[in-house]
Parts: sequence; structure tokens; C-alpha cells
Amino acid sequence: MGRKMFVTFSPWNWLLLLAALECSEASSDLKETATSTAQHVPNAWFAAASSEPDERISVFELDYDYVQIPYEVTLWILLASLAKIGFHLYRRLPGLMPESCLLILVGVLVGGIILGTDHKSPPVMDSSIYFLYLLPPIVLESGYFMPTRPFFENFGSILWWAGLGALVNAFGIGLCLYLICQIKAFGLGDVNLLQNLLFGSLISAVDPVAVLAVFQEARVNEQLYMMIFGEALLNDGISVVLYNILIAFTKMHKFEDIEAVDILAGCARFVIVGVGGVLFGIVFGFISAFITRFTQNVSAIEPLIVFMFSYLSYLAAETLYLSGILAITACAVTMKKYVEENVSQKSYTTIKYFMKMLSSVSETLIFIFMGVSTVGKNHEWNWAFICFTLVFCQIWRAISVFALFYVSNQFRTFPFSIKDQCIIFYSGVRGAGTFSLAFLLPLSLFPRKNLFVTATLVVIYFTTFIQGITIGPLVRYLDVKKTNKKESINEALHIRLMDHLKAGIEDVCGHWGHSQVRDKFKKFDHRYLRKILIRKNLPKSSIVSLYKKLEMKQAIEMVETGILSSTAFSVPRLAQRIQRIKRLSPEDVESMRDILTRNMYQVRQRTLSYNKYNLKPQTSEKQAKEILIRRQNTLRESTRKGHSLPWGKPAGTKNIRYLSFPYSTYSNPPSAGRDVRAAESTDDDSSDPGVLSIKFSTPSRVSSLQRRRQTQEGIPMRRLHRGGKTFNFGYQRSASQEEEVGAGRRAALGPKPLFHTVDEEYESGGESEEESSAVGSRWTADHGLSREHHKSHSPLLQRK
Amino acid sequence: SSNCGSASCKVGDLEQATSTSPLISSEQIEQLHRRFKQLSGDQPTIRKENFNNVPDLELNPIRSKIVRAFFDNRNLRKGPSGLADEINFEDFLTIMSYFRPIDTTMGEEQVELSRKEKLRFLFHMYDSDSDGRITLEEYRNVVEELLSGNPHIEKESARSIADGAMMEAASVCVGQMEPDQVYEGITFEDFLKIWQGIDIETKMHVRFLNMETIALCH
Repeated sequence: MGRKMFVTFSPWNWLLLLAALECSEASSDLKETATSTAQHVPNAWFAAASSEPDERISVFELDYDYVQIPYEVTLWILLASLAKIGFHLYRRLPGLMPESCLLILVGVLVGGIILGTDHKSPPVMDSSIYFLYLLPPIVLESGYFMPTRPFFENFGSILWWAGLGALVNAFGIGLCLYLICQIKAFGLGDVNLLQNLLFGSLISAVDPVAVLAVFQEARVNEQLYMMIFGEALLNDGISVVLYNILIAFTKMHKFEDIEAVDILAGCARFVIVGVGGVLFGIVFGFISAFITRFTQNVSAIEPLIVFMFSYLSYLAAETLYLSGILAITACAVTMKKYVEENVSQKSYTTIKYFMKMLSSVSETLIFIFMGVSTVGKNHEWNWAFICFTLVFCQIWRAISVFALFYVSNQFRTFPFSIKDQCIIFYSGVRGAGTFSLAFLLPLSLFPRKNLFVTATLVVIYFTTFIQGITIGPLVRYLDVKKTNKKESINEALHIRLMDHLKAGIEDVCGHWGHSQVRDKFKKFDHRYLRKILIRKNLPKSSIVSLYKKLEMKQAIEMVETGILSSTAFSVPRLAQRIQRIKRLSPEDVESMRDILTRNMYQVRQRTLSYNKYNLKPQTSEKQAKEILIRRQNTLRESTRKGHSLPWGKPAGTKNIRYLSFPYSTYSNPPSAGRDVRAAESTDDDSSDPGVLSIKFSTPSRVSSLQRRRQTQEGIPMRRLHRGGKTFNFGYQRSASQEEEVGAGRRAALGPKPLFHTVDEEYESGGESEEESSAVGSRWTADHGLSREHHKSHSPLLQRK
Repeated sequence: SSNCGSASCKVGDLEQATSTSPLISSEQIEQLHRRFKQLSGDQPTIRKENFNNVPDLELNPIRSKIVRAFFDNRNLRKGPSGLADEINFEDFLTIMSYFRPIDTTMGEEQVELSRKEKLRFLFHMYDSDSDGRITLEEYRNVVEELLSGNPHIEKESARSIADGAMMEAASVCVGQMEPDQVYEGITFEDFLKIWQGIDIETKMHVRFLNMETIALCH
């Protein structure tokens, strides 16, 4: 199949397209009006009175050839982008049909234009261009944005389904079509078995992610989502591997020579190619993660490292005829976790956006080629072949879905229902990958290539449009089991707690349960991998550090303007009754959920919204703005007058927010703090709209201990506003706690709650800070710390 | 209920003893018994300290709660509150029975009952002082433990998250409140309401079935 391995590393599509164009000797014609006369000679329209254009200096020249390819490519991409903008402007449309429909239409349009203007030969998509430049970004993007935890939890099922599914489909369709070809009446006698098998392998490559957006709003459950995603991810790789193997077979010209040995070799090669690719990817992933550890001072090149290493993994794997796709996927998955922690915020954003952009561009180009080829003249229409292709695609997909899931359901704790399986069956939409593989069939080996291309196009159009548009209603009709998209904070907490509980119980009963594997990996990860791959002295979580920066700045400003005074700042209104229950605004819930999901032990990514075509805006930026706005409102309110209203704003306004960030959230302890209220009476005139005043009446047996604790809870806020000192303290505290924590055992030794209201210590009623519980002496270290903390609280307290 | 303390206790007796857990098969009971003996060091009862022998439990942020749950009288069905000092194998099985899979072939009622039982177990984990309500303090404690793995998160954010969660729970459970009404805490009924949307069946279920390897704890 002659994929030329260019050693150049330049990933720029345009330059290579230019080279390809020269290779294919396309003559370029602009729209007729422009270059009707001179083709290669610069026009001299406005040359001043010259009859020999070559000799005079022309004032205005036109040279379209020079820029043709980049120019046209850019125009195509722009056109596609404009179409996308329009697509999304009309709100209902994205829910109706997948975006790939749109791209195909744009492609057809461009193809029509090219055909209509009689453009001699548009840039041809060459196999090397496709495999070297267009395919890697697409695969990289899907690997990078894949939610890793659900993927690995369902890994067995996904591998079983994607791998075997692709094989079953490929061979099934190929064989059936071969049988059809045997029927003389259809005139397909010259299509032999291998060609049919090859066709089967390329037509079975599905791109179901394209339809994900359509039923995303129907909120499919996580398992189903993951199966589809996983299939999309692995499917490309597997079908390309299969394709290459079959091409290699096809090159062995004589079929009689194909013996069982060859078939076995083919199978072995399949496995080696796959596994080898993955290993390459993992190695490169670790290398790049390691390198990002050192890039603090050159953060501008961080995205470059990420992309270059991914690409390198692809190329390196391809050099050895291993699966580059699987390599780049594995690389992305491996490095993502570490890279995200190491790189700066901006680099992180850049990487994500750039990845989306590249893959978007690639896909657009492929669809445009597809459109061009649709409108073009090389088609061979054979009713029998095409119809049967369609039919067999559907049949075999159904067979593979139901059979394979039936088997895997036996081993799953929570099997997929028939409805789920129907959804998976119906989401078998073919996409850009299929077309590319068909288009790149070598004509020498496939004399009837046009037939295949036509059939592929028909299948793609059919599945994308018809299935793509109807899958939304189908999902809604089938009422697939939904996950709670709007996961409240409570739910996030409870679910996490359950996971831990389950893992704990499994530990206790000595059962190597599901979560054990995850725990083991996490342990290994913490002990070794993170130490090597993650930077030291990481800043705190970005929200917190950002917020602190803002706070600091504001504190300074306020000192300068003399506003800083004891009454100006809000302090927890302790022990207030709930006047009215405010629903937390969605942004607050979102921000809390964000904190929770990012920071709870064993962070679990529950957010399943993956959109192939765009990125959701970063929540932390929104949060930063929000913090700033709230803060300014606070200040404005507090400087205006002394309010006794806890909310500081008329009840009518909606924007009473709950501040969910450290140092400005005033969590009010239960009512037992009556003395506390007395203590802080001077600061009652606060009007922080963010004050959360809930009264939770404590049980009657409130010990003095608890009361003291609660008082101390109130303190940090006040200390904060006496000037930025608390930051240092806060930093120190966490820093020293971090040291306490040490490397490996970070989880269990994290900052222990200062106020242990639970367990035996409390029951015994003693000074629990002094006592160490049954869990051992390591707690005393933390308690020692908290004791210090308390001591520094007390001077302030005593001032009252 | 026979107190099966000696090592010569037969599994048959155990089965009879554990009438509370009909869905645990006799092999599982045997395996659990073996595990029990491992944990207890061949003693008839387990104390809290014995749980230190489970190394993997150390990494669990809610370890103390889990251990406590084993000794909670409410879970052991021995009383409305308090902690037992030690538990025998029967108690151990009682606790384990909370984690058996919900048999969906049972009637609706049974399924509902099982679900309630599991939720009650969970409730007891939150409600550490056994007063029937989850107060803000207890909730905070839970959140702090869950977030304890991350040294970057300060106490206050954990607290505020707990407050937010409590607020949310209040709004779910109580809706509009009178001006002088006081929200005491989450009761079990409220708790059930919160959990209505969440699928507990898939989560609170330990796969007793595939016990291929039993990790030795020593």
C-alpha cells in the first residue's frame, strides 16, 4: 500500500499538501474570471500601458498558484466553522442531529463548488497525508478526553466488545458479501474473498462518538456511555490494524500460497501490533509526563511537549509497523493525569483547546474530501453490492451486539439491559475513518475500488443521517436508565462514601474486590509514579490559590483606602435560625461539586459530558470571576452601613450567594455557641451576603468541649480580616501538615478534622485533642498541630 | 441464637445462627468464618484493635467509621445506641448481611425493605451519636474525612461544603420553613428522600460471589 514514511516532523498539513499537490501535478485554476488568460504568468491587468507584460513592472499582480492550496484549505475550514456557528445558533439543532451531518453537508457543498467551477483537480488526500497528519489529532483528542476511571472499570467489557465486535463485524460482513459476489447475476464475480474481507474490515469501523452529543441530553447512564466511548476509541485502532494485515495478505498475490501458517501469523501479528502499540504509548506517556515536571520556567513549551511526544509515539509505533493509533491513545491516557498536574493552568487550557482544534480541523478536512468525492465522477453504482452492504452492516452489528453482550453480561455485576443494547446497536454510525480507509485503497490491488468507495459513501450517509437523526428520539422513547446529571452535593458525598465503604468492607472480609485493584493501583501510583512524575512544591489547588491571590490583593487595597476596620467585615452570624431556606444557586452547587469532585479522596470523575466538537468552559475561571464579584459586593455592602440583616440585601434579589471558598464561608456551628455570639457582638453588623445562617440545634448533651470548639471555628474568619496574616498561618498549617503527611500515606494522614465529634473520644467526653484514639499514635501529631492552632485562637478569644 | 465461639463450631450451626442472612450461602459463610478467625487471631470475638490487621483499610479515609459500624449496637440490632466492645462471628455476619446483593426476584416489598436496611446502615454511619438525626457537626465530620486525602483543602472549605450539603438537604426535605422553625438535622425519613434518586443497589453490594483470591491479612 506504499505509505511513504516521511522522516520530516513537520506536522503542518498545508506544507505537505503542497508537496502532494506537486506530486500529483494538479494544475490550478482559479475561478474563471480571474485567470482566464494567464495561467502561470503573473497577470498584468493594470500594467500601465504595456504591451509586453513581462518587461514592465506591474503595479498589480495576481498569483493564485502560489497560495492556492493553503488558501483553499483555509477557506474550507472557515466555511465549516461558519457552518458550525450557524448550527449551534439554532439551539434545537444539535439535539436533533449529530454535527458530523453538518460537516458532511459542508463537504458536499464544497465538492459541488469545486465541481461546478471546474477546478481541475483539488488536492488529493493521499494515504500518507491521512495517516501521518489527519488521523493522529483525531485519535489523540479522543484518547485525551476519555474519562479514564469509567474506562478502566469497564475495561474488560470494552475490550471484549470493541475488539471482538470489530472482528466479528469485519469477517461477518466480508464473508457475506463474498457470498453475494459469488452470485453471477450481480456482476461482482471478480471481487475476491480478500477484497471482501478488507472491505468488511473498513466498513465495520464505527464512530459512535459522533452521536453521543445527540443523546447526551437524554442522560444515558454511565455504563452505556462508557461502552460507546470505549468502542469508538478502540475501534479505529483495531480496524486499521486489521486493514493493514489484510492488505499485507492481499499483496501476497497468490491465494494458494496462503496457508494456515500465514493465518496464524496474521493473528499473532494482530495481537503484537495491538499490544506493542499500547506499550509504546505508555512509555512515551511516562517520558513526557516526566519532562513536564521540569518545565516550570518554560511553561510556554508545555503544550508543545505534550503534542510532540504524543505524535512521536505515533510515529515511532508506525515505524515498527505497530499500531500507531493505539500507541497515541495509550500515550494520551497515561500522560494526561500527570501532565495535568504539572503544567500551568494556561498550558492546560491551551492543550485542551489546541487538541480540540486540531482534531476538528482534521475531521473537517476529511469530510470535505468526502464531499468532494461524493460529488465527483468516479462512482460505480451496483445496486446489489450496495444494498447488501447496508443490510449486512446492520445485521452483523445487531448480531455482534446481542451475542457479545449476552456473553459479557454473565460476568458483569450489573448487566446491560436489552434497551442499552439496542442503543449501542443503533449508534453504529460510520464516520470519517471509514471513508478514509476506503478512499485510500490502492487501486492496483483493487481494480473495483470505485465500487467500494461508493458503497462506503452510501453506508456513511445512511448511518450518519438516518441513524444519527433518529437516535435521539429512539433513546428518549426507550427511556434508557438515566444517571442524575444534576448531581447534588449530597449525592456526590454519599456516593463517594459508599465507594469507600464498599472498599472497606471488602478489605475487611478479605475479598479482592473490584475497588481493590483500583486502590492497589492508586497506592502504587502514589508511592512511585507520582514522586517521579509530579513536580515538587506544587501550588495548591488552583481555585484556592487564585482566590487567595484575589483576597490578598483586595485586603491590600482596602488597607490603603482605609476601609479596613473591625466593623467592616462580616463574621459568622452564629446560631441564627434558618429564616428561609435559600436554594443554592446552580453556580454554587457547581463550584462545590467541583471542589468535591476534584478533591475528595480517590477523586472520581463523574462528569460525563464529552462533546466531540467543543469544550465546556472552565469552571474555575468562572469561579474566579464570581469570587471577585461577590467580594466586591460584600465590600460595597459592608461599607455602606451597618446592616443587621444577615443577608445584606433585600429579600427580593436573587443573587444571594453562598460563598463556598475558604476564609469567606462562615459556617455556623450549632446553637450551643450562645457565648460565642456574645463574643462577637461587635461584629454583628456585618452584612456579608454570603453568610450562611443555619441553625442546627444540637442535641441537648452538648459538652463544653464542643462549645469551645465551635467558638474556635468562628475565629479564623475574624483573624483573616485583621489583615493578611492568616494566609501565612494557613499556609504554614497546611505546609506542616503536609510534612506530617509525608509521601506515601498521604491519604490517611491528611489534615484530620480538628473537631472530632465522632467516635470513642467524644463518647468518653474527655479532652479528645489530647487523647489519641485507638487508631494509633500518628494522630497525635495532627492533634498536636491542632492544639497549636487552638492556642493561637485563644488569645483572640480571651480578648472578649 | 447460639453463641458460636469455639473453633469446633460447625458451619451448620452457623447457618442456623445466621437466619438473618438467608442469601449468604454456606461456602460464603465458611469463607467469612475463616476470615473472621484470621482477624481475631483465632479468638471467638473481635475487638476494634483487630481491625488494625487489615492493612488496606489504613488508606481508607472513613476507616474509623467503618470500624465503628461493626460495633454499632444499632447495626447489630442489640440496642438503640452505643457500641459493643467486641463482636462474635454471628454479629460479623449480621453486618456483612447488609452488603449482600438485593435479589431483584424478590417482591417489590422485599426489595424496598432491603434497600431501607442498607440505607439505615448508612444512616447509622453518619449519625454517630445515635440521636436519630444527622446534625451539621456530624455531616461536617463526614465531609472532612472524605476530603482528608487532599492536603490542599483546608478545613473551612470542607466545612462549608458540609454546610452547603446540609442546606441542600434541608431544602429537599423541608421545603419552605416557618420563620421560627428550626431545622434539627436530617432524620431517617429525610435521608430516604435524599437517596430516592440514587441507585443504591449497584453500590452497596460486595461481590461475595467471586472470591477467587482471599488476601491474607498478614
